Amino acid sequence: MKLMISAQNSLLESQVDRRFGRCTWLILFDTETDQWEAFQNPGASQSGGAGVAAAQFVVDKKADVVCSGDFGPNASRAFQAANVEMRHFAENISTVQEAIDHFKQDMLLK
Amino acid sequence: MQIAVASGKGGTGKTTIATSLALSLASLAKVRYFDCDVEAPNGHLFLKPEFTESTPAVIRIPQIQTEKCTACGRCVEVCEFHALAKVGKNILVFPQLCHGCGSCTWNCPENAIVEVPNPIGTIERGMALENIEFFRGLLTISEPMPTPIIRQLKKRMQPQPNTINIYDAPPGASCSVVETLRGVDFALLVTEPTPFGLHDLKQMLGILADMHIPSGIVINRDGIGDDSLEETLREYNIPVLLRVPFDRKLAENLAAGRTLVDVYPEYGGILRELYQQITEIMGGKTK
Repeated sequence: MKLMISAQNSLLESQVDRRFGRCTWLILFDTETDQWEAFQNPGASQSGGAGVAAAQFVVDKKADVVCSGDFGPNASRAFQAANVEMRHFAENISTVQEAIDHFKQDMLLK
Repeated sequence: MQIAVASGKGGTGKTTIATSLALSLASLAKVRYFDCDVEAPNGHLFLKPEFTESTPAVIRIPQIQTEKCTACGRCVEVCEFHALAKVGKNILVFPQLCHGCGSCTWNCPENAIVEVPNPIGTIERGMALENIEFFRGLLTISEPMPTPIIRQLKKRMQPQPNTINIYDAPPGASCSVVETLRGVDFALLVTEPTPFGLHDLKQMLGILADMHIPSGIVINRDGIGDDSLEETLREYNIPVLLRVPFDRKLAENLAAGRTLVDVYPEYGGILRELYQQITEIMGGKTK
């Protein structure tokens, strides 16, 4: 299963970013192979429509699940249409690795 | 002549000056007043127009004809504003992000996009005090984009000889202010001698320099705050055309819906002189 996580930097040790549309990095993690890759969020630099730009990127990368602090109405609509599951970070999550571990244990708040 | 009244900081007195300027100049020429603060227009409280016309302000947004659409994604690529997204075999439209530019329609290789009107507000017209022709735009609550209304509002009446168009700008220094300023002859910048007033005034001066629009300053609430405004104005070499002292009686009357020239009639002559100064600065180069 492919998991996309919003992050402040490009490593698994990086802090997660609780903003979705304007997060700096998006980290794609494959839970079957444990392989991962970091991408700069194309929405971060947009003057408007950041949520849609970021969501389009996530959909194009064929993520099954997207994890962030929150999702705006436009991004939510795009994910619902694309059948990408949206999950919210639990309160105690601070790094990308923790988010992945929690996801694997199915402890992320839905 | 087209004059915009702008400020940067909100609450410095744009509408106070714009409405009394309109009233004062009505004895010299045909005056049209445009309230471009479409998110919170308030010029009508002072000029008391009787609105007789109301037209919807619309932008044209794309509608995808699914039977023709091949989901090639060209429309998503060309949309500067991310108002379209491609999800599987579907194109999603986000109306509140759409600026109505038409790029998607123009670029669609299958001619699968038609444009449908999306109302975002209204434009109203009526006659106000002193035979001033009054226009205002009104953005519908929850609609996020004021600029198309301002553009349509200004288009309602092109500049003509022997008429004075006064544009009361929104606060701030963003797109809606730039849209208000576009094409005007002169910008009257109303500020106050406070650090906040000065901070935003500097932003306005930057925008006006980029747009090559000459400007002059009105210092409202003169006497409060500090000296930093005066020091900066000397640096920038921009004329101070008017000072309005800080005055409790004026504030109380404005709050009750009266105008500066109503409370202090001598401002009628003062504002006509200010207009004279503007025409001299322009040296006959007006639209």
